[in-house]
Amino acid sequence: MTDALEVTLRSVSVLAAFLVLPLLVGQAEHKVMAHMQGRLGPMYAGGFHGWAQLVADGVKFVQKEDITPAAADRGVFRFAPAVALVPYLVAMAVIPLSPDVVGADVPASALFVLATTAVGILGTLMAGWASANKYSLLGAMRSAAQLLSYELPLVLSVASFCLAAGSLSLGGIAQAWSPWWLLWQLPGALVFLVAAVAELQRPPFDMPIADAEIVFGAYTEYTGLRFAFFLLAEYAGIVVMSLLFAILYLGGWQGPFSDQVGWLWTMLKGLVIAVVIIWMRVAWPRLREDQLQHLAWIVLVPLALAQLALTGVWVVVSA
Amino acid sequence: MSEPRTPRSGGALPGLLKGLATTARTLGRPTHTTEYPDAPPHLPPRSRGVIALLEENCTSCMLCARECPDWCIYIDSHKETIPASTPGGRERQRNVLDRFAIDFSLCMYCGICVEVCPFDALHWSPEFEYSELDIRDLLHEKDRLAQWMPTVPPPPALDPASAEPAEVAAANKPPRPARAAGAATTARPDRQEPPARAERPTRAERPERPARAERPPRPDPPADSVPAEPPTPPSATPETGTPETKSGEEA
Repeated sequence: MTDALEVTLRSVSVLAAFLVLPLLVGQAEHKVMAHMQGRLGPMYAGGFHGWAQLVADGVKFVQKEDITPAAADRGVFRFAPAVALVPYLVAMAVIPLSPDVVGADVPASALFVLATTAVGILGTLMAGWASANKYSLLGAMRSAAQLLSYELPLVLSVASFCLAAGSLSLGGIAQAWSPWWLLWQLPGALVFLVAAVAELQRPPFDMPIADAEIVFGAYTEYTGLRFAFFLLAEYAGIVVMSLLFAILYLGGWQGPFSDQVGWLWTMLKGLVIAVVIIWMRVAWPRLREDQLQHLAWIVLVPLALAQLALTGVWVVVSA
Repeated sequence: MSEPRTPRSGGALPGLLKGLATTARTLGRPTHTTEYPDAPPHLPPRSRGVIALLEENCTSCMLCARECPDWCIYIDSHKETIPASTPGGRERQRNVLDRFAIDFSLCMYCGICVEVCPFDALHWSPEFEYSELDIRDLLHEKDRLAQWMPTVPPPPALDPASAEPAEVAAANKPPRPARAAGAATTARPDRQEPPARAERPTRAERPERPARAERPPRPDPPADSVPAEPPTPPSATPETGTPETKSGEEA
């Protein structure tokens, strides 16, 4: 009985976090991007500085007609948004905010998070293929190529953190963290950040949805709530990747009063990273497809391998 | 293939940092946005928002309607006979304006009507919030055009070194010695009274004569007095509101 209650409670709180945190990031993006461009951003919805803008957007999306193109592969087309969205929900369930505040304490949670987030690309691929639209297909192909390229440096950099901590669990990695990591894990952290932004297909790595070339990539044919799910998946992805970065490289809940407010530290660090990801979008232009691949294979993979070697040597020497 | 890229990747980092610095600097600065419906925009006084009509100044001379490139000004008028003011005098006729309408769905805001009006009946107003849901509702009659008159800003001050306005110069001139009594009776009041009031009766008399005879002498005074015309708009200034009343009235 208490077990069932606890499982329900944990699931509901993870779902609540999954629905609230991406909206927070989205609102932060609205406002930060606006002010970086000398604008105000949303100011009306909800009264105070447009805090309810994304809620209003959600209501608008719900009201819109749900169109499935006649030539589309109906089942796959309608199922794709769920495939894109749910992996991030699952990933969020195992990310610890502090040793106590965690949806599900999984032993090899770092591995688990990487595995689940990699499933999200399937949703984009399904959407692109099932839309029966050349732009969608091109976008899906670009997504696939991009995610294939950037998954490798991402995994290699996470492997470096795991190696340094001697643990595959996110909680264990955050416990083993020491301020020295800021220095000697820096290359790996940079690789992780760049690869994470590329995984999320956020600018400057938004070639798969480059609106000037292929309309909106794999999401071209989507309307209404299904389209909103893709957007929600993108922002949930930012939340997951920012929290991961905060836990892997910034020590998660480590900080003053970490016994009481450890979860707050993780959230704050994650928020800073989310703002950095937004900042990159505002400041930098989009990378061309060949530049994108060039960056992944010529720069990031060797850098991640070097970091992995450095970490390995250090762990062996110091042990 | 890789050769041109090596220097570029070396040069990319300063560029990326510069981009980040620029956006961060902008983040710290005040925004450029004015929240328009809540805060009135700062429009220069000579903005071409809408054309206002000062009906008292209009003589139905039709110059504006004829010069309008879009033919968007509609004028109807009739003649009225004024009985002679002195016994045995001649009856006078004057035009009475029945309808004056501007179709702002056709107007291209060139301002030719305002320029061409010899009697300063048309004025630019900075008001711009008169959109309608139906394009046919943009045809505004003279009562609506007159409502914009209080929003017309006063004319800008003359340059410090400029010549006095023609009307002021004429008014300040010492009166001529009464030489030709018959002709001077009509001419002298013109000079001494404020021109705006003095001109109107004179103009009202003129339409009796052929229009062709009227035009050649006329263009000169308005041409001089276009920049230097404080006397006429002041006849409108009593009704003219300050910019505050303008925005208040709009709301």
